[in-house]
Amino acid sequence: MSAADTTTAKVPPARQSPPPGPAAGTPGKPGKKSNGGAGIPWLLLAPCLTVLLLVLGYPLVRLVTLSFQKFGQPQLWGFQEAESAGLDNFTKILGDAEFWAVVLRTVLFAAGAVVVTMVLGMLIALLLQRVSGWVKALINIVLVASWGMPIIVATAIFKWLFDADYGVLNWLLSKLPGVDMIGHNWFASGPQGLAVIMLLVVWGAVPFVVITLSAGLTQVPKELEEAARLDGAGAWGVFRFVTLPVLKPIIVMLTTLSVIWDMGVFPQVYVMRNGHPEPEFQLLTTYSFDRAFVVNDYGTGSAIALVTVVLLLGVVAVYMRQMLKIGDVE
Amino acid sequence: MSAANTSAGTAVKAPAAPGPASAQAPAPAPVRAARRPGRSKLGWNLLGLLVVLTAGFPVYWMVNTAFKPAKDAIDPDPHFFPSAFTLENFERALDIADFWGPVLRSLVVSLVVVVIGIAVGLLAALAISRFAFRGRKIVIVGILAVQMVPLVAMIIPVFLLLNDLGQYDKLSGLIITYLTFILPFTVWTLRGFIVNIPKELEEAAQVDGCTRTGAFIRVVFPLLAPGMVATSVYGFIQAWNEYLYALMLMSQQNQTATVWLGNFITKNGTEYAPMMAGSTMMAVPIVILFLLVQRKMAAGLTAGAVKG
Repeated sequence: MSAADTTTAKVPPARQSPPPGPAAGTPGKPGKKSNGGAGIPWLLLAPCLTVLLLVLGYPLVRLVTLSFQKFGQPQLWGFQEAESAGLDNFTKILGDAEFWAVVLRTVLFAAGAVVVTMVLGMLIALLLQRVSGWVKALINIVLVASWGMPIIVATAIFKWLFDADYGVLNWLLSKLPGVDMIGHNWFASGPQGLAVIMLLVVWGAVPFVVITLSAGLTQVPKELEEAARLDGAGAWGVFRFVTLPVLKPIIVMLTTLSVIWDMGVFPQVYVMRNGHPEPEFQLLTTYSFDRAFVVNDYGTGSAIALVTVVLLLGVVAVYMRQMLKIGDVE
Repeated sequence: MSAANTSAGTAVKAPAAPGPASAQAPAPAPVRAARRPGRSKLGWNLLGLLVVLTAGFPVYWMVNTAFKPAKDAIDPDPHFFPSAFTLENFERALDIADFWGPVLRSLVVSLVVVVIGIAVGLLAALAISRFAFRGRKIVIVGILAVQMVPLVAMIIPVFLLLNDLGQYDKLSGLIITYLTFILPFTVWTLRGFIVNIPKELEEAAQVDGCTRTGAFIRVVFPLLAPGMVATSVYGFIQAWNEYLYALMLMSQQNQTATVWLGNFITKNGTEYAPMMAGSTMMAVPIVILFLLVQRKMAAGLTAGAVKG
């Protein structure tokens, strides 16, 4: 039930009519229930807000202050007071060519992963509408299984699939005429290794996109498609001018979420590279982690993390705007 | 707005087209429907099966490797179908390092997180879905925004905070950390479930003499139960699967299940068969749980940005 309802809410309502799901109980609410006393809701919210403020709000503030401080091992053990470093941490990283290489790598990695995820997800969702029932059931089972896989397990599996000597993938590729991949080390070069990691991320991310888009596709009015076809639109035309506009809010939401998730990829790289990612494998997340916990320069690590958050703010803003626009947040 | 406009625009055009053609309109449809199943469906089905094979292969390969003798796993000619069945990889995986300790710790952490998360989250969800008060919208936007904070970026200050509070390497410290990413998601999903329960039911109960709390416990709570179960299971999976915080906030002696597997990979990375056995043990219960609740959760997730 919830699947249908919430997706209905996500598809833009034809007119100003409020989305049927969440809005059903809401329009009259604000006026009616105000007799409950202003204190009760805050009382109910108190425990939740306390936890969030303590373990999320405070560290967020600390992250900002840390990034302006010189904070290393002595400060961690309390031998020395943390001293202000002004903008030192930032000038250090912004003037560092390696940092910019990491930024570029992260952006390319995330962009690649998002685009591949969204395109594959859309194609599979469209395919699901055209296959017989039993194939659809099979696809769904496989998708849910790969979606539910713990990331660490998925990483272990991909490490095994892409193993240089005994990996099944090298063996399969070598079956192609003229290709000899046995013993090929996928992780010898950064771009190739990151491509494998991207594949791992995409494999885990596609199911959610497919399932959400499929739910959205059921909301595309059949009459509109039929009308477009009668007007002479081909399959691509129908998709471009009917399906895509109806799905746009869902796509925006999925894309923003994917960007946030894919910019935050950490365990995949960390575990795949045995806990010590080589310089050409560093993404912003692992780089920040490395600075803080390996080099013990917590100030610089925080500055890098802060830059990551700032980079993502724009994407978050788009997501929030979309949520407000579709009226899910009334 | 533009999306709504575009679809509205097409909608305006739509009635115009079938208007004159309405007499013929039903005719082409059956013809096309009749032609389609025969040939083109076969093509789509084949394509669909290709998707199944590609997407399902990693999972199949994990289970396949886990149950075949370790020497078969490193045979230069891979066996695609198991010829011999063995459990020795599982024994080896359990031998390498203490397995049940980490699993027990993961269980404790995940269960406590879920229980607290549901209790605290339910109160908050009630507040934002059943009460009107000043600042409600800000709270909602805040909870949504909090989900967007990349947790990886927060590891340094959280580590320092728990260090200062003396909670480093304590399960309680890990629990309270996990609450921060379970809570917003729980609140948001539960809110969705509550909003879908008609308020009239509660009002009717109140007319019949229930107090407001009584109406909630007797009417809303039973209707909410399935949603709460689904949310709990999903929260449990999230907590169980978390890796980075468990890695950083717990020492080697107190590692959780995911870190156990992570260590296995980084330290014994060449023992693939036992590694796949360990992976299977970690994944199968979680995937089954996931299969049970995914239908209910797929929607809530679009709003609850929790995975990874």
